[in-house]
Amino acid sequence: MTSGGIRRSFTAWAALALASFGGVAQADPSPYQLNMERGASTWSQVPYDLNNISLGVCVVIGILVFGAMFIAMFRFRKSRGAVAEKWSHNTMLEVVWTTIPVIILIVLAYLATGGITSWSDTTGSQMTVKVTGYQWKWRYDYVDYLGKPISKVGFMSKLDTQSDQTRQLGSGMDPYAVKVGDENTYLLNVDKPLVVPVDTKIRFVITGADVIHSWWVPALGWKLDAIPGIINAAWTNITVPGTYRGQCAELCGQDHGFMPIVVVAKSKADFATWLAEQEAQSAAPVAAPAAASTAAVPASAQSAAAPATAK
Amino acid sequence: MSHAATHDQHDDHHGAPKSFFQRWCMSTNHKDIGTLYLVFALVMFFIGGSFAMLIRAELFKPGLQLMQPYFFNQLTTMHALVMIFGAIMPAFVGLGNWMIPLMVGAPDMALPRMNNLSFWILPFAFTLMLSTLFMAGGGPAGGWTMYPPLSLQSDSLAYVVFAVHLMGISSIMGAINIIATILNMRAPGMELLKMPVFVWSWLITAFLLIAVMPVLAGAVTMLLTDKYFGTNFFNPGGGGDPVLYQHIFWFFGHPEVYIMILPAFGIISEIIPTFARKPIFGYKAMVFAIASIAFLSFIVWAHHMFAVGLPMGAEIFFMYATMLIAVPTGVKVFNWVSTMWGGSMTFETPMLFAIAFVILFTIGGFSGLMLALVPADFQYHDTYFVVAHFHYVLVTGALFAIIAATYYWLPKWSGRMYSEFWAKMHFWNSVIWVNVLFFPQHFLGLAGMPRRIPDYNVAFANFNMVSSIGGFLFGASQLIFLGVLIHGVWFSKKKATDRVWEGAKGLEWTVPSPAPHHTFEVPPVIHDDELAHGHVND
Repeated sequence: MTSGGIRRSFTAWAALALASFGGVAQADPSPYQLNMERGASTWSQVPYDLNNISLGVCVVIGILVFGAMFIAMFRFRKSRGAVAEKWSHNTMLEVVWTTIPVIILIVLAYLATGGITSWSDTTGSQMTVKVTGYQWKWRYDYVDYLGKPISKVGFMSKLDTQSDQTRQLGSGMDPYAVKVGDENTYLLNVDKPLVVPVDTKIRFVITGADVIHSWWVPALGWKLDAIPGIINAAWTNITVPGTYRGQCAELCGQDHGFMPIVVVAKSKADFATWLAEQEAQSAAPVAAPAAASTAAVPASAQSAAAPATAK
Repeated sequence: MSHAATHDQHDDHHGAPKSFFQRWCMSTNHKDIGTLYLVFALVMFFIGGSFAMLIRAELFKPGLQLMQPYFFNQLTTMHALVMIFGAIMPAFVGLGNWMIPLMVGAPDMALPRMNNLSFWILPFAFTLMLSTLFMAGGGPAGGWTMYPPLSLQSDSLAYVVFAVHLMGISSIMGAINIIATILNMRAPGMELLKMPVFVWSWLITAFLLIAVMPVLAGAVTMLLTDKYFGTNFFNPGGGGDPVLYQHIFWFFGHPEVYIMILPAFGIISEIIPTFARKPIFGYKAMVFAIASIAFLSFIVWAHHMFAVGLPMGAEIFFMYATMLIAVPTGVKVFNWVSTMWGGSMTFETPMLFAIAFVILFTIGGFSGLMLALVPADFQYHDTYFVVAHFHYVLVTGALFAIIAATYYWLPKWSGRMYSEFWAKMHFWNSVIWVNVLFFPQHFLGLAGMPRRIPDYNVAFANFNMVSSIGGFLFGASQLIFLGVLIHGVWFSKKKATDRVWEGAKGLEWTVPSPAPHHTFEVPPVIHDDELAHGHVND
């Protein structure tokens, strides 16, 4: 790296350190990102705050302990004529440095316990999405929305073609050229994203079809394993419309690094429109045989009703 | 030392056997077996390290340049297995073999023939495991944790399972030997609470090994029968549960983590008092802290599993239990600092590595505390933040302690002083590049880069390149170590004194340098003043 490069890096670090610690909400990884993102859901603030608080505690303790070490290394050198003392006990000191960490830990544990409690409460959700991990793609099935079952809206979501071609060994293609707009989406884009509404408590039921995967979108603040034979539940309530990217977080075989997750959060009205289109699409091929036409009617009626209930 | 008092029927009292085969393959001598363990660990360290170099080379920039993803997964899996079971653990057993009899005034290990067997199993175990890399279908690629169902997809499962069984047998025998030696072979006057902290740490570690290696053996045997004999322990299709494996594995796995760090605590607790020329602060607290960490290691395993969907009560319990470990660990760090305070310090290479250990291991402890907080762990879990964390505790923790111990005791082993200049070159290069290597990985994890991926988004490119450069230079720095060792064993002109270090205390420094083939055939007369921790109750 040239000295100019180093200088530029430091400028970028400084700028991003400000951005990271100054509370600017950011989504998706950015170059030289130093800290966890704040996220875009009602709960994602919890891990972000815990991360910052515990980091702060560690930095303070670190400065005290390492500071004492460096003072000791400077003051008590044989080369400065230091003569070793003989003591090897100080009960008062030992009691103090056992008690203070305990108090700090109790405070951290209290904060974290609150976070676990709120995360574990999946009751009162207004929508359910089933997530299934496959080697090496995700499947999303919409189960219900606003108390009504959704029929036959479900699809596979896998790595987009451009990333997939670029990532092949010896493709000669440039990962920096994989873009959507200004954003580099190399290995973080899919052919068909999960679309969800904002300001809705969404319950995810997560399972695996073959091996264990883990469904992780950093902006939602959590990851949860997708395990064959087990159905895990978690929830989110996204507050800001946008596109949120994540990846599989549990080693699941050769293409573990190539099964991203993209969540598109739309306004409730836009989501209702999208859902209606999906239901119409899935109903259309089935509706062609005469026998199925009756089934298609309630589905479209429901999607027509959805926008009204949404706003 | 008089040979007249010995009653053994062996003919090797007069020195090591002349024949190479007899000396090294048929050895029952704790020093030679200790050397074998250490050399084996060094070889494995370079093999595992070369896997790491390949991993960092592929991760140097985005896009796949060097290898297919499946081979990358084999490398990450093998890197971990080789480093954990081949480098770190045998290195500690080697140090224990060499030093425990010398430190407690015993003539040899309690069970010398078993000692030979427990070492000689290892080369076969690792030949078996590493050979899979050259077979059709390749080596294990499901991670060193071997989670089913993924690990059941591997063609090399049987090889790895048998290799793990062999390593487990070796470890259990080694542990039995160490316990038998420490409890039965101490010289009169070497009371338990006068033993070096290193001996204490190994005693406790050995109990951990005996407790958990059979659990690992059971877990991998169930994998084997699931794959080849139609059982369904972990197959949900047959009523099994993949998460059951994780519980069993981590019931082994977390004590295993401490098996790799407790002897390091012991080493650091010997080195710092020597170079501070001051007795260790709070000897009993240090021993008690090791024992409490060992106990807690059995009740924290599920903190590796916060993202599997545990019930809320379990997450809270395992979080609290994990956070509790910070207390005894904190006590140890504070005591090391207090030992330095008021001392008369010099900074030879063992001390430099020990000081780096205290600082960098503590940084690994800090990220460990952050990882214990369940909601934050939902973000950290399985990211590079975790990779940074466990490399801080294992590389700058366990490995730095092993290197410190090597420099500390090498003059006793070889009778020659190593080159202090080149050892310091090794230290400064290691300590700088290891941080360039692992510190940016915290940032990568926080920004959202998962572990065990061969390729990544361009947003992660900068820190990955920094990390790779650090990795290559850290790897290259270890060649200096190799050079210092070769020079210090065979070529150095500077003879070591018996005491070696001005402030060194303990029985191992009362024997000549190099330590003769047989020592303490007659139990030494113990003077508390000569022991590092002879006046604990003062």
